[in-house]
Amino acid sequence: MSETLLDIKDLRVSYGGRSFLGLRSTGFEAVKGASLSIRAGETLGLVGESGSGKSSIANTLLGLVPAASGTMRFNGTDLAALDTHYPPEVRRNIQAVFQDPYSSLNPSMTVEQIVTEPLKIHTSMSRAERRERAAELLRLVNLPETHLPRFPNEFSGGQRQRIAIAAALALQPKLIVLDEPVSALDVSTQNQIINLLYERRDALGIAYLLIAHDLALVHHISDRIAVMYLGHIVEEGPADRVYHRPAHPYTKALLDAVPLLDPARQRARRAARRAAPASELPRMAEAGCPYRNRCAFAMERCHKDVPTSLDVSGGGTAQCFLVEGGTAGVSGLKEKVTT
Amino acid sequence: MTRLIGQRLLAMVPLLLIVSFLTFSLTALLPGDPADLILGDRATAEQYEMVHERLGLDQPFLVRYVQWLEGAVRGDLGTSFFNSVRVVDAVVQRMPATLSLTLASVLISVVVGLGAGVAAALRPRSWIDRLATFGATIGQAIPNFWFGLILVSVFAVALNWFPATGYVPFKDSPGQWLRSITLPALALGLSTSAAIARQVRSAMVGVLQQDYIRAARAQGLSALRVTFKHALKNALVPVITVLSFQVTVLLGGALIVEQVFAINGIGSLAIAAVRQQDIPMIQGIVLVLVLVVMLVQLVTDILYGLINPKARPS
Repeated sequence: MSETLLDIKDLRVSYGGRSFLGLRSTGFEAVKGASLSIRAGETLGLVGESGSGKSSIANTLLGLVPAASGTMRFNGTDLAALDTHYPPEVRRNIQAVFQDPYSSLNPSMTVEQIVTEPLKIHTSMSRAERRERAAELLRLVNLPETHLPRFPNEFSGGQRQRIAIAAALALQPKLIVLDEPVSALDVSTQNQIINLLYERRDALGIAYLLIAHDLALVHHISDRIAVMYLGHIVEEGPADRVYHRPAHPYTKALLDAVPLLDPARQRARRAARRAAPASELPRMAEAGCPYRNRCAFAMERCHKDVPTSLDVSGGGTAQCFLVEGGTAGVSGLKEKVTT
Repeated sequence: MTRLIGQRLLAMVPLLLIVSFLTFSLTALLPGDPADLILGDRATAEQYEMVHERLGLDQPFLVRYVQWLEGAVRGDLGTSFFNSVRVVDAVVQRMPATLSLTLASVLISVVVGLGAGVAAALRPRSWIDRLATFGATIGQAIPNFWFGLILVSVFAVALNWFPATGYVPFKDSPGQWLRSITLPALALGLSTSAAIARQVRSAMVGVLQQDYIRAARAQGLSALRVTFKHALKNALVPVITVLSFQVTVLLGGALIVEQVFAINGIGSLAIAAVRQQDIPMIQGIVLVLVLVVMLVQLVTDILYGLINPKARPS
C-alpha cells in the first residue's frame, strides 16, 4: 500500500486541566495514549461507545482542541507540537464532516457560500471560478446545481449531509474526518450517504477517518478498524479480521451488541451475556486493564498490570493478555470452548 | 423584499385606524370639561356653550371622530385648545429632540451591548464574562432618571465636561448637539445596553456550540471571521427582537429623561397637554408616537428578513 499519511503516537488529550488560583487540577483525560495511523487513500474506522474518546481524537486532529502530549505526524508535520495553530496547507488537507447536519451548516449562508467558503480562504480562485467549482461539487454529491442559491433550512437531513460533504471535498483534501456522519440520519438515507462516501473516496483517492459506533457499518466501508475504550485504543487491525475474529473482549462485546437476525441465536447470546459478571463503573478503572471490571474473561493479572499492544494472529494489535504469544485472542478462546 | 415591505405597510393601515379610535375615545373619557380650565370659576352657561361650540365639543362623539380622522389623513391633527397652535407644528417642532435622544441611546446600547455580550460569550465563566453579567444586572436595576442625575453630578457639575441641561438642535451646531445629548443618551441607554448584552451573550454562547462553528474553525477560518461572520450574524436574530421592543421602552423613557435634563421634547409637550386637558394635542402626540413605534417594527421585520433566511416570505 501507499505511504503513511497520518501517524498518531501516544496521543493524550485532556479537558479542564487549568490552574485556578494556584490550585492545579488535572482535569479529565479523554484520550490516554492512543496510537493509530492512516495511509493515503485508506479508510480507518474508529469505533467505541460514547465517551470513549473518539471525537476527542477527531477534535485534536482538526486543531480544535490541543494535544496534551504525544505526536500527530501528518504528511511529515507534527501537528501536536503546533498547539492548534496549523499552517494553511495542513488545514486545507484535513477537512471534516460532522454528525448533525442540522447544526453543521450555517443557517444564514446559501449552499453556494457554504460550499465555496473553503475555496475563498485557501485558494485565489475568482468568483466565477468558485461558482463553477461549487456547481461541480454539487454534482459530485448528486445534487442539482439549482440548489446553489438556496438556504440550508430548505433541505432534508440527507441533502444537508451531502452539502456538508461537498464543502469537505471542495479543496480536494488528503484526509476527511467523518465524525459520526450518518448516525443522525434515517436508515435509508444512511445507506445513500455511505455509498456516496465510498464512491468519492475511490474516485478521488481521499483517506477517511470514520468515527462511528456501528461496527457493521464501519466494517462495510473501512480498510482497517480501531476500537476505543476509555481513551485507549484496545484493538486495531484489518477490518475483516476485527469484525469476524475480534481479539479483545470489548470488541467482541461491541459486536455482540449488534442484534442477530435469528431470534434463537439472539436469545442464546443474551443468556450468555446475563451470566457474565456485573460490571462496575467504567471510570473507576485506574490501575490494571481499563476494561477488567466489565470483562467476562478478566484474570488476576488484569487487576495489576496494564496490557500493552500485542500482535494478533491475522493482523493488527490488541491490548489484552489473551493475545499473548500471537494468538487470536478472545475469538480463539471461544473456538476452544465450543469445539 | 419589496413585497414584504409592501405587505407590512398595508397591514399598518387597519392597526392605525384601531389605535386612532382608541386614543380618541380615551381622551373623550377624561373626567372634567376642558372649558372649565379655559373659562375659570365664574363662567355663565352661555359662555360654556360658546366654548363648546368653538372646540366642537357640542357634536356627537362619532361625528367628532370622523372629522378628526379626515383631518389626520390630510396631515391636520387639529389645533390646541389653549394657544391655537396647530398640533402638527408643535409635534414636528418637539420631535427632533426626542428622536435624537432615542436614536443616540439606541446606538449606545447596540455598541455597548454587542461589545459586552460578545466579549462575555467568547470566554464563558471568565472574569470578563462575570464582569459583564454583573454590570448588566446592575444596569437593568438602576432607574434611568437616577442614573441621569448621577451622570449630571459627575460629568456636568464636578468635571464640567458636558452641559447639565438643555438641548441644542443639530442644525444649530452639530458639536453642541452631540455634547447636549451625550449624558441623556447614556442615562437612557443604560438599561437597554444591559438587556442587549444579556441577549447577545446567551445567543452567542448557543451559536458558538453549533457544529458549523466547529466546521468553520476546522477549515482554518480566523477567529475574527468565525466570531463575526458565522456566529454573530446568527446570534443577532434574538437581539433584534429585544432591540425592537426596547425602542418602545426607550421612547417612553425619553419622556422621563427629558424632564431630568430639561430638554424640550415630546415629553414636556405631552405632560403639559395632559395637565391642561388639551385633547387634540394628546391625541396627536399619541398617534405620532404610535406611528413611530410601528415604523420601528417595520424596520425590525426587514432586518429579520436580511439576517434570517427562514423569515423571508417564499
